[in-house]
Parts: sequence; C-alpha cells; structure tokens
Amino acid sequence: MKLPLSWLKEWVGISLPPAELSSRLTLAGFEVESCAAAAPPFSGVVVAQISEAMQHPQADKLRVCTVTTGAASPVQIVCGAANARAGIKVALAQVGALLPGDLSIKAAKLRGVESAGMLCSSRELGLAATSEGILELPADAPLGVSLRDYLDLDDPVIEVSIYPNRGDAMSVQGLAREVSALLQQPLTGPAITPVAVTSAATHAVCVDAPTAAPRLLSRVIVGIDNTRATPDWMQERLRRSGLRPISPVVDVTNYVMLELGQPMHAYDRARLTGEMRVRMAKSGESLELLDGRTIELQPDVLVIADSERAIGLAGVMGGNGTAISETATEVLLEVAYFTPDAIAGRGRRYGLQTDASQRFERGVDPQGQGAAIERATQLLIELCGGSAGPVTRNEETIAPRATLTLRRAKLARLVGTALPDAEVEAAFRALQMQVTATPEGWQVTPPSWRFDIAIEPDLVEEAIRVIGYDRVPETPALFPQRFRSRPESVIDERVMLGTLVDRGYQEALNYAFVDPVLQQQLFPDASAVRLANPIAADLAVMRVSLWPGLLKCALENQRRQQERVRLFELGAVFLREAAGTVSELRRIAGVVLGSRLPEQWGTRSESTDFFDLKADVTAILNLSNQGEVFEFAPESLSCLHPGRAARLRRDGQDVGWLGELHPALVQTLGLPCAPLLFELELLAATAQALPKAAPISRFPQVRRDLSVTVPQGVSLSTLKGRATVAAGSLLRDLRVFDVYQGQGIETGRKSIAFGLIFQDNHRTLKDDEADRLVSAVAADLLQHLDAKIRE
Amino acid sequence: MESLSELTERARADITASADLTRHDEVRVHWRGKKGLLTEQLKSLGGLPAAERPAAGQRINEAKSRVQVQLDERRGLLEHDAVERTLSAGRIDITLEGRGEQSGGLHPVTRARLRIEKLFSDVGFTVAQGPEIEDDFHNFTALNVPENHPARAMHDTFYLEPGQAGEGTLLRTHTSPVQIRALRAGKPPLAVIAPGRVYRIDSDATHTPMFHQIEGLLVDTDVSFAQLKSILHGFMEAFFERDLAMRLRPSYFPFTEPSAEVDISCVECGGKGCRLCKHTGWIEVLGCGMVHPNVLASCDVDPDRYTGYAFGMGIDRLAMLRYGVNDLRLFFENDLRFLRQFRGG
Repeated sequence: MKLPLSWLKEWVGISLPPAELSSRLTLAGFEVESCAAAAPPFSGVVVAQISEAMQHPQADKLRVCTVTTGAASPVQIVCGAANARAGIKVALAQVGALLPGDLSIKAAKLRGVESAGMLCSSRELGLAATSEGILELPADAPLGVSLRDYLDLDDPVIEVSIYPNRGDAMSVQGLAREVSALLQQPLTGPAITPVAVTSAATHAVCVDAPTAAPRLLSRVIVGIDNTRATPDWMQERLRRSGLRPISPVVDVTNYVMLELGQPMHAYDRARLTGEMRVRMAKSGESLELLDGRTIELQPDVLVIADSERAIGLAGVMGGNGTAISETATEVLLEVAYFTPDAIAGRGRRYGLQTDASQRFERGVDPQGQGAAIERATQLLIELCGGSAGPVTRNEETIAPRATLTLRRAKLARLVGTALPDAEVEAAFRALQMQVTATPEGWQVTPPSWRFDIAIEPDLVEEAIRVIGYDRVPETPALFPQRFRSRPESVIDERVMLGTLVDRGYQEALNYAFVDPVLQQQLFPDASAVRLANPIAADLAVMRVSLWPGLLKCALENQRRQQERVRLFELGAVFLREAAGTVSELRRIAGVVLGSRLPEQWGTRSESTDFFDLKADVTAILNLSNQGEVFEFAPESLSCLHPGRAARLRRDGQDVGWLGELHPALVQTLGLPCAPLLFELELLAATAQALPKAAPISRFPQVRRDLSVTVPQGVSLSTLKGRATVAAGSLLRDLRVFDVYQGQGIETGRKSIAFGLIFQDNHRTLKDDEADRLVSAVAADLLQHLDAKIRE
Repeated sequence: MESLSELTERARADITASADLTRHDEVRVHWRGKKGLLTEQLKSLGGLPAAERPAAGQRINEAKSRVQVQLDERRGLLEHDAVERTLSAGRIDITLEGRGEQSGGLHPVTRARLRIEKLFSDVGFTVAQGPEIEDDFHNFTALNVPENHPARAMHDTFYLEPGQAGEGTLLRTHTSPVQIRALRAGKPPLAVIAPGRVYRIDSDATHTPMFHQIEGLLVDTDVSFAQLKSILHGFMEAFFERDLAMRLRPSYFPFTEPSAEVDISCVECGGKGCRLCKHTGWIEVLGCGMVHPNVLASCDVDPDRYTGYAFGMGIDRLAMLRYGVNDLRLFFENDLRFLRQFRGG
C-alpha cells in the first residue's frame, strides 16, 4: 500500500524522520518497501504566470511568452507547448534550475529569440510518466513560490507491504493505528460526524444473503453536480496513493476507502430499476463489469442487483450499467460489510484483484460502515453539493470479537522468556485491545477490525511485536540425545556424487518440466504428467527421464563452444501410472560428449565411447559393494543406438539404461557427434550390500593365459560365464586383456585373450593342476561356444 | 728397463687420461691385472739377490697400492660423472600438466545444500524428503491455508492437468508440506530438515519457476521462539563462517504464529550498505515461526503439550550469497564455464 506521509501525519502525531519511521514500521511487520519524495529532485522551479504569449517570428510552433513571477521583472521565455497562453499559471524553471535527468537550464536563443528559462510539463518535472503541454497550475497559485513547496513535492510517499492477515492496516487509519501503538502517539484523524439529513429520498434495499452481507448501509444523495473538478489536494492524495482520479463521486469513494479502509460503491440511481438486492448469483447469469468485460456468474458468487439484473460483483467490482456518469444527479451510496468467506477467491476466479476485493477478503471492520458512509457523504456534498437522505440500515447482529485468554506461563513458554506484565498490558492497550488481568494472565478482547487475532499465540505475537522481537533472547535448545536410524545400505550422497565428480563430471540442475516435443522424440511411449498452467509451451510436461534436460544442456554447451561435455544430474522423474497416480522416482543420470580425456599432451585424442561410459556407470554400481551382480543386457530403447544400448539389471530387477544416442536423434538435435547417456534408479542401483569379509589365501597364485577365437555373436559375458564354471572353485579372477577382430582372424569370428588366475586357500597349486584347469576351460569353450584355441 | 718410479708415473698418467669407465677398466687391467705391468714387476723379484728382495718387494707393493688408490679415486669420479649424465639425460619438465581426467564438480546449489544438511545434522536434525508433486492437503490445507485463503495468492501454483492424478494435485510451492509428513510419520521430539525443489509460476531476473528450499522443524515439549532465534543465528554464522548480526521482523505465514522474517547483516559490506543489500545493511534470508497449533492438531500432535518451531530458506539464495553469484538464472543454465568454477565439492 502506498500513501503520502503527510496524509498519515494528519491521522497520527509523527515526529520521527521518515527513515526512522520506516525502520520502526519494518521491524513491526510492516515492511516499508520504499520511501521517497513525491517528485524526483529538482530545483529552481517556481510558480509563474504567462502575461503575454506571442507567435515566434521564425517558427510556427513556438510562442514567445512574457512570464512574471511577481516581484522580479518579467522574463521572456520561448515555449513550444500548444497550451502556452496568456493568463495561465505555470511552472517556470529559471536560469540555473536543475531538472530531473541532470538537465540544467541556461539562458539560450531559440531561432534568434532570447529565452531565459523553460516552462515545464509534468513529465519534465518527473510528476507523471507522460503529459501533454506544459503544467497548468490553479489560478490561485501564489506567484514566485517554489513549486516543490507549493505542490508539497518533498512530501515522502511511503510504500508499505501488508501481509494478508492484516487487511485492517490497508488504510491511512489502519496504519495510523499501528504507528500510534508503536510510537505511543494519539490518533488525530478528522472528526467524522453524521451529516445533516436534508432530503427524504431513500431507496429500497433487500438483503437476501444476510450471512454473506450482515450489514449494508445505503443512502441517497440528490442534486449533486458530478461535472465539477475534484480539488487538487484530493486528486494529489489519490495519485500519490496510486489511484487515478476519475470523477468527484468515484474519487470520494476511493478516497474514503484509502482513508478508512472501507470499500464502497456509488450507483447512478437513475439507472437502477426497482429495489437494490444483495443476493447470490443465479446460475448462468451474466454481468458486464466496469472494465467492460462480461462474465458469467456462478451461484456461490455474491452480487448486488436491482429488480432486473445483477449490477455489481459484490465486494469486487461494480457493473457498467449503473456506473456514475458525469451527468448523474442522484447517487445511491452502498457501504457494506461482506464477510471474508463470501468474497475470498471470487475475484481471482475472474482474474480480478481489486482494491475492494483485497480488503473484503482480508476482512473489513464490521463496525466501520457508519463512519465511512458519513465521511463519504460529507466529502461528496463538499465537492458536488446535493442533499443527503437518511441512512438505510440492513443489518444482522454481528457477534463481537471473542475474548481470548493469554496465560502468562504460555507466553513465557512460547517466547522463551518472561516479559514484564506492565509491558504486555501496555502493548495490548496501545493496539486498542481491552485487557483484564487475571491471576494466570490476561483476558484480552481485540478491536472489531482485528480479524487476525483468534487464538492465544496470536496474542503472543502481538505482545512481542509491539515490545520488539529484538527483546527476545537467543537460547540454545536442549534436544534429547537419541540415535536415529541410519541404514548402512543407503550410500552417503556425498560419496556417490563424489564418484562422478572424481571422474570429471560437473553436476547440472534442470527444471523438472521439459519440452514435450523433445521428450516425445526421446520417449514416444512414455506417459508424461502434463501441467494445467505451464509457464511456457516448452516447459509444459514433467520429465519422465533426466535425459531431455541433460541433452539440452549438452546442446547448449556445444553452442557455447564447450566441445567436451560431462554432466550428471540427480533428481526426480515423474511417471503416470495406470491407476491414476503419479510415481516419483529419484534417478541419477549423465551425458558424455566429446573426447575421452580433456585435451592434453601425451595422450591420443580419442572420442569417448560406450566403454568409457560403462566404466563410469560401473564405478557407481561398485559402490553397492555388489558390482558383480549387475547384468548389462543387450536390449533396445527407441532413443538409443540399437547396437550400443544396455539395460541394467540387478538380481533381475531393471535399474537403468546406458547407451549411445540413436543416430537419427543425433541428427535431429543437430549434435556434432553421438552423446552417451546413462540413467540409474538411485536407490535400487546403489543400495549397498553389507560387506562380509572372507579369508584370504596365503599361497601363491598361478596365472595361465588363453587366447581363443569365437563367433562374433558370442558375448563376453557368455564366455566368461562358461569359463568361470568350467574353471571351478580355484579360479580367483578372469581378466580380459585383448579383444580383436579383423585381419588375421577368420571373418565372422573374433579373438579374445584372457588371463585365468588360480589360487588355493590351503596349499600351493602345482603347475600341472593349473594346466588341467585351463584345458578344461578350453574344452568347454570349444564344445559350447565353437571356440578355437589360438597358439 | 724402466725404473719403478717411471712406471708409476706412466700409470698415473694413464689413469688420469681414462675418460670413461670402459677405458678406466682397460687401464686397470693394464697396470693392476694378473698380467699387468706392476704384477709383472713382482715376478721380476726372482732375479734379485735374496737380500734385496724384501726391500724391492716392499717398494713394488707400495707402488701397486699407490696406483690402486689412484685407480679407485678415478673410478669414483667417473662413476659419479656417469650418474650425473644419466640424471641429466633423464630430466623431465615437471611443469607439464599431469595426465588423465580432471575432477569435475558439484553444482553450487548442491554444494550449499550439503553444507546446510551437514551443519544441521551436527546439531541433531535428520534429513527428510517429500514428493515434489503434492496434493492440496499437504501443500495448503494442513498448513492452515484453507481454500480461498488470500495467502494462496502469495504462491502462484502450478497445477497438473485434471484426470492424471488426484484432484487438485500440484507442484509443491514450498518444502513446508514435509513438516506435515514428518509430523504424521514420527512422534515428538522431532528435529528434521527437508531440502528440495519447489515450484512457483514466476520467471524474471530474480525468480525462476523452480528453485530450492530447505525446511526445518523442531517439535518438543518446550520449544520457544528464543530457541528459534538461537538456532538460526548459530546456523547463519556457521554457514558463512563469520560473525553476523541478525534481526527478526514480524511476518505472516498461515502455518506459524508468531512468525518472522529473518535478516542478517550484509555479507558483502558487513552492514555498512552496498548494492547487494540495497543500502540497508540487511539481507533477508528466511522466514520462520512457531508452528501454528492448527498445524500440530492436523497432525494429531497435542498443541497444549508440544510446541515447535519451523523455518524455510532458499538454498539458491544462500548459495548466491556464499559464492558471490549475482544472477539466480545462472544456476539453471548449466553453462560449463560457470559450473567449472565449482570444482570438487
């Protein structure tokens, strides 16, 4: 909320400098977001009058004006504004003046005519974003007076952010109450007394929804003149509070809303048919709003209607059909208390958040309608003349605010320190709460406008808010020492992330919503979760894999000339299940592109390939302490190269994929080479088996190397599986040290060389034992895999 | 026949002239070998009268050992030279870079998160996690934010298209729902922190539609606002590794009462005022408060018996302050040139 400080000062005594006031408000929960003079700094501008305006001899659009400032002799000013004419009061920037934007005014010749200064527009003075012509001041503006003083432009405008529970503070009066409590200063607002009723005119009002509108005050004012201009002081206050002046009647209703926090509406009585009704909307009913839009109403929306149609969205916005026009002479003022429940959310449903709806849904003082209707009447008659009819009251009994108990012990326990009784009581009284001391504490009744005080802790907050949060000490908690469950099977996150970091990966963080097109290209069969209100079309679906995000990163980094990319991400993916649920899985994934090693001396530059990636994946899997139970199954996934993809299984359970991006996608995405990708189910892939130590052998090991050729289709894991079984229990390790196909090897076959390492736990193996075991392996491979032993 | 002194003089000259170990060996064999010239001298003793033999023999032996000393010295010298030459030839440029992979690094937000988790674990908090796709109940209702509550407008919420999951399913707007899950899963005393990604419809220079929060919750029989102040101040000083002033301002969250915003003295200027703190000397770092009785009650925790505090802070914000990152959006662009500034971790 924005308001000029001078207005606040009218309501409460403030002697503090603005900066200090801002700080006090901020520390009391009313953050002052800005506090600046109503106009940007400028100097040397005074009120002046054009006494004569003549056509410039050399230029059609320029006028030569004689300008007086009272005492001094008149000056000659060349001015290009169309409205520069004799008789008007204007803002004169004298020679030596400094205007916003560091514009300094010097004497000059314009097309051969001397000009000793400048007549300013609102825009040039920083008073408005745009303006037409020069600023015209009222006829009674005193000549020669500094414009800053005359328009009170040094008056600070403060902008206070108000939390949704403090609707009561969304007014000059409301903030003044806070300031009064904080600074212990009396409230000094204008006296509001009933206006003399000089007309008998009334308008029939029926409230059909008394629960939603427990109080509605209305009054007819006849014989008004809405063609008059709203006085400058009111226009300026409205403007500085962020509202646009419109017409005297509308301005008065806005002014009173800002001043007292009570929204109200003025209807052109001539445009109403029959009685005014407050009722729930009828299904399918429509309403044309003040902003010109027509909305369709729902039955839980409260409307103001006449006997024929809805004429306003209660507490939100009036309708176009009954809006006050310039020619209106009879006004029906409606000042209501609508309950927060009846208004909350209704405006938002139609995309409306108005000054009125913000106040009603937060809570307007249910006792404030009387003062507001009198204040508005008084101002309206002051501005537009007219006679006020009697106030018509449609009201239910409104329960007073409940009295709350605050226990002294509860206060001390929640705050963590005992506060002096006298200070606590003074705080409540300053906030206009009724306080009665009891042996255990206090009985406190908040004033009618404090919707936010409902339970004991609310009073605790109010007490320390006024006394000062800084008065609460810092006391370390005593928290019981208890051991918590720490399953050893869950790998420490740092260790896991560290594994990839050690292997050269940088961690990426991507949005969890991705481009549906890219995701569809990668996972045409996946059922992604769609957002109802995405922020952009390319962020419209939740990711089913971390790959779309990582591939985008790889692509963007390539564009930034980062040829070598090694990125990983740890995060959730979201899968739609048939049962109408979404499962959220934590995964770890990576993308690798470019050379195997960073460019360096002494190693050949080679592109990274599947087996480099497999080593990285294996490094993570080995954290499980069960690396050997993982199976890399040659299966295919549509986004991966069919011959270079592996599904990962652990004890038969699918735990991830790795492979090279499908060449078609490499081309579609415009990548220079094929990236390699992996993705693992975090928990399933890394859950650690508890290590169990086995005895180690103290006897020497024996190694025998074997080189075989097998048909190309025989996978290493098959060969390894057979060899392991055939070699028996003394085999400790099988190490592949060469795989070759090509020249010297029969077409369709490949050569594999491996070392077999044997060892016994209880004795030294003899050479011929090892030889026999190797022969057994060779025989098995020959028989089952069509292997040929190479000599 | 040469005199012994002439012979030893010649031997000395030979030894001095031997330029390498091979030549040295030849010289040694020539003079001191089994058939060497000095050995031959001994053989000539037989031709001398018996009375002269001992003295002559002694002279020859002395000459032999003199030559041997010279040989040894020379050998030592040559060996040393040889080692020197080998070392010199084997000299490498140790300023060349080490071979192989270089380590990568953690994302600064993860780095900050792990640091926060560690600090809170040290004082007894456990790390909890909750789903990112939440229901209305956990994200709002159970947190004392009923439907139509104006506070809902504070969070611009992403909703899922209807029919995919339960009604009103949304992307969580804060990590506070984990409070509800933790309170329902365990019984007080309870101390948890819950880091995670959260989502709001907001995207400009200082907002991204996804960001990271960490939620803290401690519930026990006598938890106070003073304890909340204490833990937050302690945490901030530990996180930034420096003394900091801290102040609490009254605030409003539907799920805490009393509530506060927390400011710390500016980590850039120390409170004197600079661009980072908008010349206020203070930086807002988190929101907190005492758990609202309605929240405790909605989790079947007796609000008369237990009190608790809760706080929520932006991990991204803390990471920015800690590592001098001036644009939030950098965190989600994943530019390797940015990320590589965060090695190891």
